[in-house]
Amino acid sequence: MIRTLAKTLALVAALAAPAVALAGPTVDAIKQRGALRCGVNTGLLGFSAPDSAGRWNGIDADFCRAVATAVLGDPTKVQYVPTNAQTRFTALQSGEIDLLSRNTTWTSSRDATLGSVFAGTLFYDGQGFMVKKSSGVTKAADLNGATVCVQPGTTTELNLNDYFRTKKMSFKPVVIAELNQIEQAFFAGRCDVYTTDISGLAATRLKAPKPDDYLILPEAISKEPLGPMVRRGDWEFLTIVKWTLFGLIEAEEYGVTSANVDKLRGESKDPPIQRLLGTTGDAGKGMGIDNDWLVKIIKAVGNYGEMYSRNIGPLGIQRGVNAQWRDGGLMYAPPIR
Amino acid sequence: MFKSERARGILYQALLLAVVGGIVWYLLSNTLHNLASRGIQVGFAFLGREAGFEIAEKLIEYDSTRSYAHALAVGLLNTLHVAFLGIVIATTLGTLLGIARLSSNWLVARLAGAYVEFMRNIPLLLQLLVWYGIFTELLPGVRQAIRIGDWIIISQRGFRFAWPEAHPGWNAAFWALVAAGLLSLIWRAVVRRRQAATGQQWPLALPVCALLAGLPALAWAVTGAPTTIEIPVLRGFDYQGGKVISPEFTALLVGLSTYTAAFIAEVVRAGIQAVDRGQGEAAMALGLSQGQRLRLVTLPQALRVIIPPLTSQYLNLTKNSSLAVAIGYPDLVAIANTTMNQTGQAIEAIAMLMAVYLGISIAISLFMNWYNARMRLVER
Repeated sequence: MIRTLAKTLALVAALAAPAVALAGPTVDAIKQRGALRCGVNTGLLGFSAPDSAGRWNGIDADFCRAVATAVLGDPTKVQYVPTNAQTRFTALQSGEIDLLSRNTTWTSSRDATLGSVFAGTLFYDGQGFMVKKSSGVTKAADLNGATVCVQPGTTTELNLNDYFRTKKMSFKPVVIAELNQIEQAFFAGRCDVYTTDISGLAATRLKAPKPDDYLILPEAISKEPLGPMVRRGDWEFLTIVKWTLFGLIEAEEYGVTSANVDKLRGESKDPPIQRLLGTTGDAGKGMGIDNDWLVKIIKAVGNYGEMYSRNIGPLGIQRGVNAQWRDGGLMYAPPIR
Repeated sequence: MFKSERARGILYQALLLAVVGGIVWYLLSNTLHNLASRGIQVGFAFLGREAGFEIAEKLIEYDSTRSYAHALAVGLLNTLHVAFLGIVIATTLGTLLGIARLSSNWLVARLAGAYVEFMRNIPLLLQLLVWYGIFTELLPGVRQAIRIGDWIIISQRGFRFAWPEAHPGWNAAFWALVAAGLLSLIWRAVVRRRQAATGQQWPLALPVCALLAGLPALAWAVTGAPTTIEIPVLRGFDYQGGKVISPEFTALLVGLSTYTAAFIAEVVRAGIQAVDRGQGEAAMALGLSQGQRLRLVTLPQALRVIIPPLTSQYLNLTKNSSLAVAIGYPDLVAIANTTMNQTGQAIEAIAMLMAVYLGISIAISLFMNWYNARMRLVER
């Protein structure tokens, strides 16, 4: 009797509640825990690497902060979970992490068969080669017969193989999983070439005993759109992550920065900026989060351009394809409205 | 029915089996359900797909267009290769060290003792990293390689040496050697039977040597006597031609053998010390020579004690070879890891890994148990 009554009341309450968006299981879990569990790289300069004080830096780590701000309103409420190339998908599938923000390449098979989906592209990368200057190699076509250091189980390994096969060249792979180990082997001279995404090469080059002894070859042999990944089926959380990314990009497009965001929020009469910052419209509410979500995010980590110049800039990588679409790049966010 | 001890026993066992089976079934169905609900594909269909990655060391034909199953077979053979050679070297080295520890020479005994304590008290992974460091960082680069004549070249890219050019004559010689080995075994059986029946000793060593040397030489000569030797030459990034042993393989083999040898040394020492001193004295009293005493009296009795723990050491070495993944030797685990990451089929790949290691271990155990049974004290 009591049970029936309780059920009826619950149903009535559910029907009677105002039409707000459902939060979804991942958001509920994050709120209950009070922190976003974010899978990051164990240590890749510019993307996610802990500094001497134990603070995680990098564009991937900053994206974790942005999502934590969107859901919890606080960029410090992130638990970073370092993952390697092998454990990252399992960590996401098993629910150990809520978000994988770890320089992961967006491919069809990863979208389709791993039980998780990509939310967009945070950084357009491409695979390249780095050699010792003393080897005299200046272009990828010179690499026939070279010994190549490569990390296993990544798209890198497959691209490497495709490239040499189509060019009818041969190579000998040296395959080591641990990043530090393989960098060590390359610096020691075990390999002629080290291959990974160009951003990764730039980070590795800075770790070399003498960075100027090494040369990153001009060719990119693949498309590597790196982006955040979430579990399949939780559409509410996917929407939040996707629009956090778009929001960061659009903020740069309209010139909203961490320095002027408060001022613009109070003064701007520009409709797109008003919608972006939640003074008009219901962009945040529709996703079940605060309407001033982007204001908090931009205060915490800045817009996309600020994130880029703070993290990727020191690696010496130009904006290139990662520039705004107006500047000839690929960064194009759908409108927030 | 409960009064019968036998019936009760069967009932309890049936109950236990049902509980274990139930748990396994529950875990399995739960996993499958979870995978399906998360949109993860299950099954072994991925094994037939093109692997798409290159493997540095292979004992059979392989290129990146072959299937995942083929790549895993390459990895399995690499594991068996390093495990087999590791077992041979570790046994030899371990036996010598074990005997050395019992030496009456103070220095030899102490050195052997120090080796054992040093090697077995440092984690194997650390030792492997040290060996890999030695072979890749302390050896000179390709252009400054150490050259011993034109024939042997030592650099951080490995040990490269001249090797006969591929020719059917060499294959024929190899199979002739195998045949000679089998014939030698048969001859030994004939000689033994003869001695048991009549007491006469027919020559054994000389005909066996003649067989092992003569038959391959004959086969080689008949099939065209190839003599071309491939000499390594520096071309492009590296030396080409001849055979090469990679630093990854060398580091793994040396690391595994020297580590396991320390344990085997202790096993051998314990085995020899377990044989009663009176046995040797009795053999001496019977007029057996020093060699006969060791071979016919001491060793057979020591082996009874040595073999069971030795089996464990062989199993350890084989399983430890999976640490190869840390230093880039493409063993089964390394290939399975790559496969797992590219296909996302972690559960299937891990299940296969476990099944394969279990299979290898059981095979080694069966062989060693058979050997143990042969060596057992036969009481008459």
